[in-house]
This record gives sequence, C-alpha cells and structure tokens, in this order.
Amino acid sequence: MELVFALVIGTLTSTGIYLLLRARTFPVVVGLTLLSYGVNLFLFSTGRLMSDGQPIIGDAETYSDPLPQALVLTAIVIGFAMTAFLVALALRSHADTDVDHVDGIKQQETADEQVDRTENNQ
Amino acid sequence: MSLPLVVLLPFLCALAAPLFAQGGRTASAIASSVPAIIGLAALYPHWKILADGGIVETSYAWIPALGLSFSFRLDGLSMLFALMILIIGLLIILYARYYLKPYENVGKFYALLLCFKGSMLGIVLSGNLLLMLIFWELTSLTSFLLISFWSHQQDARRGARMALAITGGGGLALLAGILLIGNMIGSYELADVLAAGDLIKNHSMYPLALTLILLGAFTKSAQFPFHFWLPNAMQAPTPVSAYLHSATMVKAGIFLMARLYPALAGTEQWFYMVSFTGMVTLLLGAYVAMFKHDLKGLLAYSTVSHLGLITLLLGMGTKLAAIAGVFHIINHATFKASLFMAAGIIDHETGTRDMRRLNGLWQYMPHTATLAMVAAASMAGVPLLNGFLSKEMFFAEALELNLPGLWAYLPPLIATLAGIFAVAYSARFIHDVFFNGKPKNLPNFPPHEPPRYMKIPVEILVLACLVVGMFPAFSVGPILFAAASATLGGEVPEYHLTIAHGFNMPLLMSVLAFIGGLIMYSQRQRFFDFHARFKEIDAKAVFQAVVSRVGEISERFTASLENGSLQRYVLLLFLAAFVLAFMPLASLGLSIGSNGLSPIDYPSALGALVLMGAAIGTVVTHRRRLTSLILLSVVGLLVALAFASFSAPDLALTQLSVEVVTIVLLVLSLFYLPAWTPTETASLVRWRDASIALIGGVGMTLVTLALLTRPFTSISEFFLENSKPGGGGTNVVNVILVDFRGFDTLGEITVLAIAALGIYAMMKYSKLKPPATDGFGNPWSRDAHPTMLMQVSRPLLPLALMVSVFIFLRGHNMPGGGFIAGLITAVALISQYIASGINWSEKRVTVPYQIVLALGVGIATLTGVGSYALGYPFLTSSFTYITLPVVGKFELATAMIFDLGVYLTVVGASLLALTSLSKLSDSTSGVSDSHEARGI
Repeated sequence: MELVFALVIGTLTSTGIYLLLRARTFPVVVGLTLLSYGVNLFLFSTGRLMSDGQPIIGDAETYSDPLPQALVLTAIVIGFAMTAFLVALALRSHADTDVDHVDGIKQQETADEQVDRTENNQ
Repeated sequence: MSLPLVVLLPFLCALAAPLFAQGGRTASAIASSVPAIIGLAALYPHWKILADGGIVETSYAWIPALGLSFSFRLDGLSMLFALMILIIGLLIILYARYYLKPYENVGKFYALLLCFKGSMLGIVLSGNLLLMLIFWELTSLTSFLLISFWSHQQDARRGARMALAITGGGGLALLAGILLIGNMIGSYELADVLAAGDLIKNHSMYPLALTLILLGAFTKSAQFPFHFWLPNAMQAPTPVSAYLHSATMVKAGIFLMARLYPALAGTEQWFYMVSFTGMVTLLLGAYVAMFKHDLKGLLAYSTVSHLGLITLLLGMGTKLAAIAGVFHIINHATFKASLFMAAGIIDHETGTRDMRRLNGLWQYMPHTATLAMVAAASMAGVPLLNGFLSKEMFFAEALELNLPGLWAYLPPLIATLAGIFAVAYSARFIHDVFFNGKPKNLPNFPPHEPPRYMKIPVEILVLACLVVGMFPAFSVGPILFAAASATLGGEVPEYHLTIAHGFNMPLLMSVLAFIGGLIMYSQRQRFFDFHARFKEIDAKAVFQAVVSRVGEISERFTASLENGSLQRYVLLLFLAAFVLAFMPLASLGLSIGSNGLSPIDYPSALGALVLMGAAIGTVVTHRRRLTSLILLSVVGLLVALAFASFSAPDLALTQLSVEVVTIVLLVLSLFYLPAWTPTETASLVRWRDASIALIGGVGMTLVTLALLTRPFTSISEFFLENSKPGGGGTNVVNVILVDFRGFDTLGEITVLAIAALGIYAMMKYSKLKPPATDGFGNPWSRDAHPTMLMQVSRPLLPLALMVSVFIFLRGHNMPGGGFIAGLITAVALISQYIASGINWSEKRVTVPYQIVLALGVGIATLTGVGSYALGYPFLTSSFTYITLPVVGKFELATAMIFDLGVYLTVVGASLLALTSLSKLSDSTSGVSDSHEARGI
C-alpha cells in the first residue's frame, strides 16, 4: 500500500510542478492546487498509514497519529487562502495588463496558435 | 565600578552636549570636558596597583551563552592609552573651541567627539574581546561621522565613505579572527586569551586567525596596502585629524597588536607578516610625504610612516623592540598631535594649506612657528627631543635583527633611508612654511597669531616633547614600564631611558639620516622632477573605480538572474530545491525501510489509480481550462477519500468542503479569464519542464516510500493521553487545534483573515469587463438564475446551517469543529449566491463579511487574553460539565468560544474572498447585469 501511496504523491508533485512552470495564470493556480494536495498527503503520511484508527478517544484500540492530522487540517485551510489570493492576483493582473500571462507581458499570437484556437473551438 | 563609568560617561555626556551648544562654544567645550576630568580622577586611584604590576578588573554578565560579558580590565598598557585618549582629548576640546566657527554645529561636533572618545576608551579598557569589537566598530562609525562633519563637501563625504569601507571591512575580518580564537580556547575573556598563548600558537587554525586579526589591525592603523584611506580622511576638521588620525584611532590597530602580543606574537608568521608590512609602510609613507604640497597631506603620510615604524617594532619579536614600539606610541602622539594643531592654526589664519603658497610665515606668527618647529624637529628625530629617543632605540633594534645572509643589511638600510626621508619632509615643513621667501597669494593676508588659548594645547604637547626628550626616565619611565610589562605579559628586560648612549652605530645612522635628509631637502627640486616622471596613482580614483566596478558586476549578475519572468524564478526555485534536497537524501539512501510494505488494499488502489489518472488528465487537458478544472475536482474528492480511508475523518470533512469552495472560486475566475490556454512555449521547453516535473515526482515518491517503511517515534502519545483529562474532549485533532496548539491556530486564522482582506483590497478598485461570450464564442445562457436551482437551494440553507451547528458543537468530541462547520456554512451561503445572484443575496446578508472576520479573530484573541484575567498564561483553556434537563450532561469549555472565533473567521474569509471576486464585473457595461449570476 505504501508504494501506491508514494506513487500518488509523486504523480501529484509531477503534475503540480509541470503546471506551475506554465506561462499563463490559470494553469499555475491549478498546478499549485495539485502540488498542495501532494504536500498535504505527504505531511499526513508522516504519521504513517493506518486504517480504522481514527484519533477519537474510545473509538479504536490503537490510534493513528493525531499531530500530522492537526497540522494538515490547518494546511488545507491555509492552502485555500493561498489559492484564493493567487486567483485574485491573477484576476487583478488580467484587469491591469489585459493579458493572463504570468509575467504580465502580451505575447504575439502566432499563426499556429490561431489554428490551434479554431481546433479547440470545434 | 569606576572602569565602566570612565567608558560610559562620554556617551551620556554626548546627549547633553547639543543642549549646552545653545550657550555657545565655550559652554559646550566646558560641558564636554567633564567626562575626561572625571575619567582621569577615576583612573588615578588605580595607578598604585598598576605600578606594582597589578591589574584592575570588573565584570558583569551580559550574554553568557555567547561568551559576551560586560567586563573591563585596566593594566599598564590600557592605562597608557586611556591617559593619551583623555588628556589629548581635553586639549582637542579646548583647541576645537577656537577652531570651529560660531555658526557651525558645535553641539553635533562635541557630541560626536565624545561618542568617539567613549568608544576608544571602550577598546582599550575592554576585558572581553567581543565587547572590544563592539567599541572597535563604534570608532569606525563615529570616525565616519566626524570625517564627514562638513557634509556639504563632496571630498569629505567620499573620504568618510572610504574610511568606513576600509576600517569596517577590517572590523569584519577581526570579528572572524576573534571568533576563531574564542573557538580555540572556549572563552573571549582577555585574561583567558592572554594566558592561552601557547595553545593558540600551536593550534592548526592559528595562521588563519592571525591573518584575520592582523587584517583588522592593519586596516585600522593604515598599514600598506590599506594606508590610502588615511590621507583621504584629512578632509575632516583639523581637531579630528589631530585626535583620531594621529593620536588615537589609528593607534587602535597598534593597540590591538600590543594587547594580543602575549597571545599571538613570537612565531615566524607573526614576524614576517607584521615586520614586513611595517617596513613597507614605513618607507612608503616617508617617501610619499616628501612630495605632498598639502600640509595635512604631508602629516598624514608621515603618520602612515610612523605607524609602519611602530608596527615594524612590534613585529620584530624581541622584547626590547616591543618596548621601543610602546615608547614611540607616546612620542608620536605628542609631536604629531601638536603638528596637526599647528597646521590647523596656519590653515585657520591664512586660509590655505598649500606649501607652495605658504612661505615666510615666521615674520607673521613667530610664536606658532617656534612651537611647530620644535614638534617637527622631534618628528625628524633631533636630539634632546622625544622623537630622537625612540628612533635611536629603533635603529639599535634594526641592527639586532638577525636575518639570514645579506638580508641582514636590509633593516638597517631601510631604517636609515626612512630616517633620511623623515628629516627631509620635516625640514620641508619647517623651512618651506616659515622661511623660504614671502607668502604667495594668501587668501587671508596678512596672517597673524591665533587667539591665545588656541595655542595652549600645542604648547602643552610641545613641552611634553621637550620634557620627555630631556628627562625620559623621570617623566615617562613609570608608565612606560607598566605598559611594557603589560604588553610583554611578564618580565621586562633591562632597558635604558637616557638621552645619549655614547658613540655607537645607531648614532652614526642618525647622523647619516640628518646629513642625507638635509642634502635631499636642498636638492628637492630634482626629486620633485624625478617623482613627477611617474604617474601618481590616485588611490581615491582607484578605490572609486573598484567600488563602482563591483557595483556594476553585481548589478549585472542580479539582472541576469532576475529578469522579471516568473517562469524563470519558479524554474530556478525548483532546481535549487532539487540541489539542496539531493545531497542529504543521497547520503541517507532512499531504500525500502525495515518495516516493509503492507498488503495492497484493492478498493484503495483503484481509488489511487483514478486519482493519478485524473491528475494526469488535468495536465493533459490544461489548455481547455474548464475540462481541466473538472478533472481537478475529481482529484480533490479522491484526496478527501484517501484521508477518510486512512483514519482521518476531520481531514476528509475539511478537504471535502474546501474542495467545493475552491472549485467554485476557480470557476468564477474562469468567467473573466480566457477559457483556453494558447501554445506558447517551444516543444523543447515543454520537454525540459516535463523532465523537471518528473525528477520532482520521482524524488517525492522515493522519499515517501522510504519514510513510510521506516519505524518512527511520535510525540503524539502526550496528546492522546491528555486530550480527555487535560482538554476535555475526545477528538484529539480538534483538542490539539483549539487547546494544545491554540496559539498556532490563532496565528493561522489571522493569516486567513489577512489573505481575505488582501483579496478584498486587490479587487475593490479593480474592474474587469466580462467577455460577451464564453471563451469559444458561444453566447451565455439567457437564464441567469435557473428556477430549479433557486428552488432547491433556498430550503437547503436552514438545513445546511443546522448541520454546521451540529458539526460545530460535537467538534470537541467527534469529527468536526470550527474549521469544518465554518466551511459548511460558507458552502451553504455560496450556493445562495450562485442560485439567486449577488444582488438578491446582498439584500439579505446585511452584515459585511469584514466585520464577521474581525469578530472571529477578535473573539479568538479575547478568549486567549481572558485567561490572563484569571491569572493563567495566554490561551489557557478550562472546561466544566453541566447537566441540563432534556439535553443531559453537557460539556462547556472555553476552547469552544475559541472555536467560535475560528468558525466566524472561516465563514468571513471564504465569503469575503468569493464576493470580492464576483463584484469584479464592470457594472457600467451592459453585459454584466444580466450575467452577474455567472460571476456567482
């Protein structure tokens, strides 16, 4: 099971990093969200994986580690705040510069891209 | 007690000096003299102890963990320096009273001078090396301020900057050296350091430590190749030059070498580094001094040369040479300070310092001329004056220096040559200025004698030159003996302080120096012509060029790294993270640990497969943003399931509700942003990014696998045991959040509140025109508020609120709590915005979310502060059980009030963020009204 869990974290990290390196704001926000999933799962897993051991006194015989859970709970909420802030930043940048490029620079659309666009349209 | 008083009093008095400046120059001069007079009176009672070879020490703890203490130490050497600083300081105060013009900022001048004096006393009286370093840096800073006293002059500012850069840089080296010494012997106390000489000298780090400490000393004492800051510091007012740059501050480096002499000297490295630096500086300074037309420039290079002489004496390594060095410190301070003051008087009365224009002043100011001539004769080393005595001792030691082979002739040769130069430039000072024809184009003509009291300091110092020169044993014998024994750290060999030692080699060298120097001066025009053939290296220009070049290089380097592209920064960030993570991880070895793998649970594995597929799908479809977003929400839901399956119900609930809010937020942003991402990056770049992503993913997989299969110990036992008895709740995660680690949570919700307010502020004055069609050219739906959605969502609201109350209340014992309840409430409210539009909802929710937010953080903070009122530390919680009819036994905990704060903050922050974004629509444009619902 550990291998499967590790692969999940690895996949989330990879996909997150790839999207974070994109040039437009929206994929970057999505990438950050994916990366935070990965990081949250990783932090959570430092308490090791255990089924049927929820840390509620009297509910189980052995309990899973409550400390990483408390940390991750706040990490999820803070992660939400960060995502929301980033979205607001992206929108503000779009409002001010009229493009959604992460560097705030307008790039010329090439002919290829216009073809690309029509394809997407269909 | 008296030692700290001596050091700190000038600082205290510096605060008062500007006040006294209101009363004029005399009042502030008198006020500024107080600390020196008290200081002298406080030191006097200790003299008896010192004369018997004793030491006075006082120590107070400061930061014991760092080895830093507020300790002071008075022995012969520090007494000698303290006396010089205090007495010459008094004379300078008197002199400056007449030197400064009434309209100048006298208060500032005296305040800075006093700060400098305190720092200097701190250096010489410190009993702890770290404490000494603090005062050392303070002298650099006050010196900077004093050199740039006339801050309207560009040269003064530049000279001050250069002095600060050189001496400050040296201070850093010194700090490193001191830290090394402290590491070697485990103490920074001077007494321990001086006692541990053998340990230090045999330590493998000794060469490095010595080099660093000497760098500090050489920069401060203007030794070659750092000498150039001193002539450029001559832009300072003359009292400053006389005090700092001849008598005291530049001697701090010399003092340091003498102070640490028992700990550091006596090795080959010390000998070669110190004596050769001294020798080069001695010769170079004396040579350049001859060619300076500026009076103060001549004196500055002469000072460089004499500092080199003292350094050379300390470097020679013999005890007699060290004694000669200490003796010359006294002599140089007296004649050089008086010469500077005389130069200041000449400048003051004639308006120039250019020796090509200053001639024949004897006619106009015979009194000053006499004083200056006696002091200059001492500088040249004329018998019956103090300069002669230490020079003879120096010549004798130069002859004694046993260098191998022909090298043995080098020191006497250089000594004689430097002697010849010294006679030549002293002769120039006397003959050029006071005789040699008539003055040319003086700005103030005719010059006359300065005010009576301005000459008193010069007279006192010149008198000292004479008395020491004629009755050395009587006048300076005792203090020299005390200082020498402190420098050598033990027995003092026999030495003779007499005015003549009979006919011997040193006397012959003196005679040679005199004849040579006078010949050289008489033939000066030839030397000037010869010297003019070489292009003079302007140290200031070189320094400026180096500084601006370094600035340019670093600017270019920064610009090449920081080109304003976020993509570049993110890339560098990941690469740097890989490099930093690689080394420690590689050494750990990322194999499967001793716990091994647990069996695969097939439903979970299926979930994992779907999760990974959705994540990869998010990337593959990332150009079609809405599709990508839908796949992202699948990932989020499966993450929530993963938490549920591995015993974390609180996390699953939180993730689930956060997921809803996040996706709504992202859909909302898509309303404004393009629906589609163009292909911009070259395929090569995409492959590069993909490889980086792959490295990151593989790395994380390996780390996680290695981590999960290794045993570990957790500190959570404490929380599990104390949750119920200490926190009154069975849900350990919640008890940790609101009780054990309540302070963290308080910080956390504050961050949440700040982020929401940031979003609010960012959006408030920004307007975006929503597109008329969706990204692909399709028109928006005409039905902005679908009836079905509206009808379903409204009855849902009270139900959802009830659930959130339930989740909130049970949170302490069962999965739930403020965070989750807050998110559920937020989702319930957001669904109203989505279904019925922002206008409809705003009419019904009349409380601004900023207020809810503030209320939340406020309640949480007040709960914490409340425990102060009961005499407990911040955020101490307490709980009790009450039994109500019908409901039964019920627990009431203060943590619950805290959790209410959390709840309100989460609701306020989520809603403030979402409504801020939805109000982004430019309402003046026609499109937005009908499609507002789309923007929630």
